Amino acid sequence: MSARRTFATSRRVLAQLRHDPRTVVLLLLVPCILITILRYVFEDQPDTFGRIGAPVLVLFPFTVMFVVTSIATLRERSSGTLERLLTMPTGKLDLIAGYALAFGLLAVAQGVLAASLTLGPLGLSVQADAFWLIVVVVATGLLGMALGLFVSAFAATEFQAVQFLPVVVLPQVLICGLLVPRSQMAGWLDVLSRVLPLSYAVQAMTHVTTGDLDGVFVKDLLLIAGSAVVALGLGALTLRRRTA
Amino acid sequence: MKNNAVEIDRLTVRRGGRPVLDGLSAAVGAATVTGLLGPSGCGKTTLMRAVLGVQRIEAGSVRVLGQPAGSRPLRDRVACMPQRASVYADLSVRENLRYFAAMLGLGHGAVVRALAEVHLESSADTLVARLSGGQQARVSLATALLGQPELLILDEPTVGLDPLLRQDLWQLFRRLADQGTTLLVSSHVMDEASRCDQLLLLRAGRLLATGTPSAIRERTGQEDLEQAFIRLVDQPGNETAVRA
Repeated sequence: MSARRTFATSRRVLAQLRHDPRTVVLLLLVPCILITILRYVFEDQPDTFGRIGAPVLVLFPFTVMFVVTSIATLRERSSGTLERLLTMPTGKLDLIAGYALAFGLLAVAQGVLAASLTLGPLGLSVQADAFWLIVVVVATGLLGMALGLFVSAFAATEFQAVQFLPVVVLPQVLICGLLVPRSQMAGWLDVLSRVLPLSYAVQAMTHVTTGDLDGVFVKDLLLIAGSAVVALGLGALTLRRRTA
Repeated sequence: MKNNAVEIDRLTVRRGGRPVLDGLSAAVGAATVTGLLGPSGCGKTTLMRAVLGVQRIEAGSVRVLGQPAGSRPLRDRVACMPQRASVYADLSVRENLRYFAAMLGLGHGAVVRALAEVHLESSADTLVARLSGGQQARVSLATALLGQPELLILDEPTVGLDPLLRQDLWQLFRRLADQGTTLLVSSHVMDEASRCDQLLLLRAGRLLATGTPSAIRERTGQEDLEQAFIRLVDQPGNETAVRA
């Protein structure tokens, strides 16, 4: 792995985004628009928004980063550039880390923007320091990015890649504990929710809301980061120099 | 030929149970322009991929510059121009070259030189997506030229180019070979075959004939190479390789 190649890759990914300003605007604005809608859905129930606002906030960067990264990586595979890069002295980790860095930067911008809007104009208040809310939002965006990178290996076309959104993301949304506390779900769903990383993001946000930044919160954060690293590692394994 | 850049020994590649290359043996002399010819679907691209080391092979061996094809020490000594442009359509020509140069550990000088070799200086800051098909092919060629590789694998490099540009590129190929580069070039165009030092004629995954253009003319008794090839390909009993 080389820092020079990693930085060259993230510079290239950012250059591609620069040539596509509409995507950047969508990336930054969509989570803001969605959380604003949620705020006014609960117009007459400010307490409910106060309780679930922060946990729901993590869903948006998670989903958006998942979609954008899986399509970007799929394009790299289908355009032939990935194969070309792998015939060069490129390390697989150079590519993965380069992608992670570029999209990670975007996840940070997106997370800071959405979190500031939610805590400011939308009037959400959390017991913990706002800094931790931003940390969880950004970490979850990075997790979505890492998962998107990984699953793109299993999609041969854009149609398939988009289908991974309902397959990978929506079940996690259903059982992450937002609709019903996980302990009240059927036992097997509770078990399933324990191995799916979005549950820990929602749980971490609940801790940010109540202000209990205890050991469980730290464990949640580590689990989110760990899952992202594992997904990136698995993503690197799916890059093959030799194909049929 | 004593000094071979590529040595292929009883290479078999299967795809979907069907042999694409069937026990093929061939050699490519160092510092030659070697033409790879044959009807479409005969395995030209698969053979080139095997030499590049990105093709999963079933049996046999491919050695390139004395090393197993695709091995690490070859990654900055062998370069390829695939049939598809395999560059980033959403980046400018210069951004593409700068990125691939960085992956090869090269800087600005390599980019300027490659741009000049394919006469794309005036389009350097244009997005690849806005270029014509012929210009995109030249961006791909420039990418292959960046690292001044010892072996250049060019899959139909002149498709869609006007006669003037084609002439220009063949002069470039000749100059590179004179400087010691080995070029393996696939083509459909027979007047290009006559510009090669050595020809490999493939049919249905087997080597049908190999030799210099004049030796093949002599063997078939046809002055016109196109006629010579039609004759070789059409002979139904011609299952074993002819060494002209």
